Amino acid sequence: MSIGHTLLGLLESGPRHGYDLKRAFDEKFGHDRPLHYGQVYSTMSRLLKNGLVVVDGVETGGGPERKRYAITDAGITDVQRWLATPEKPEPYLQSTLYTKVVLALLTHRDAADVLDAQRSEHLRSMRMLTDRKRKGDLADQLICDHALFHLEADLRWLELTAARLDKLRETVAP
Amino acid sequence: MTAPEGSLLSAEGLCKAYGSTMALDGASFSIHPGEVVAVMGPSGSGKSTLLHCLAGIVPPDSGTILYQGRELSAMNDAQRSALRRSEFGFVFQFGQLVPELTCVENVALPLRLNGARRKEAERTALTWMERLEVDDLAKKRPGEVSGGQGQRVAVARSLVTGPRVVFADEPTGALDSLNGERVMELLTDAARTTNAAVVLVTHEARVAAYSDREIVVRDGKSRDMERAV
Repeated sequence: MSIGHTLLGLLESGPRHGYDLKRAFDEKFGHDRPLHYGQVYSTMSRLLKNGLVVVDGVETGGGPERKRYAITDAGITDVQRWLATPEKPEPYLQSTLYTKVVLALLTHRDAADVLDAQRSEHLRSMRMLTDRKRKGDLADQLICDHALFHLEADLRWLELTAARLDKLRETVAP
Repeated sequence: MTAPEGSLLSAEGLCKAYGSTMALDGASFSIHPGEVVAVMGPSGSGKSTLLHCLAGIVPPDSGTILYQGRELSAMNDAQRSALRRSEFGFVFQFGQLVPELTCVENVALPLRLNGARRKEAERTALTWMERLEVDDLAKKRPGEVSGGQGQRVAVARSLVTGPRVVFADEPTGALDSLNGERVMELLTDAARTTNAAVVLVTHEARVAAYSDREIVVRDGKSRDMERAV
């Protein structure tokens, strides 16, 4: 999963402090893998360097200074490009896909487009495997079938998610 | 409307309502000779309605369908019916074979309806049954063969007239995966050899993987994924 793109997407609804970003990320995407503070700050300084965010304000209080980050136009374009680019089919893709779908809903983009693009990419792989299977021997067929079943499992999850988009929208972006 | 270049069958702006339910809401489609296009989408999205409109079974409320440059809506019922009998082939999920006829008589049926003599029709039917690996079932009735065998008989029947377009609506929906895949292999091989186009409605990715490209139908609208990506 791209933590940078996810944090950028979370900034689209308005500027936030690093601490708020971590909290929002953990709540929505980090159920079993919360972010470390170090990850947040190293990611934000990279985004800052690349012009995808700017520092919107600095609070100085008793403790260390707290920077508030805002997304730039280039940052919004970057999120859009990430959401529109399908992932290479591979095992354990779900967490990235789930993040993209939720982020699309949170930022009021069309989450069905994300799923459609991904379905197309998966089918492209499945067509190549099916073709190899047709031309191959039994060993080839069994090897391809194994890969096909895994891709099919991804797609079944994808169809189920597509069917539940309205419900998911109510939950994550009421 | 002008048809996309080289397309055999195309449609634009198709709308179809059943009562207050919009089954199709501006759907488009095109297919070239020899091409296999999967029509995907959730249940109730309008996939089968799109297939029925393209095949001239159901008239759309609005929009145009062109087959080889001729508009389907400009044809009368008899012309459309003749088109379906001679240029189109059909495979459905269930109950398509006539139970009183033997398998070879079932396969020969479209040729008989087109006026062919019985012997000649059954000879042609048998060559298609060989191709679909069910020629040994020629004298059996549909009730005496398995689901997978019956579906191969149905595929043979859909191809017997040498159609330019085969419409297949969930053709493997009632089969286990091994039989389903064999049916898809045989159907797409036969279609490619004869340069027939196949419009394949399916919700199964493994079946869609036998296509050249897919379109997705959602809420009655179609999306051509080749052009989208």
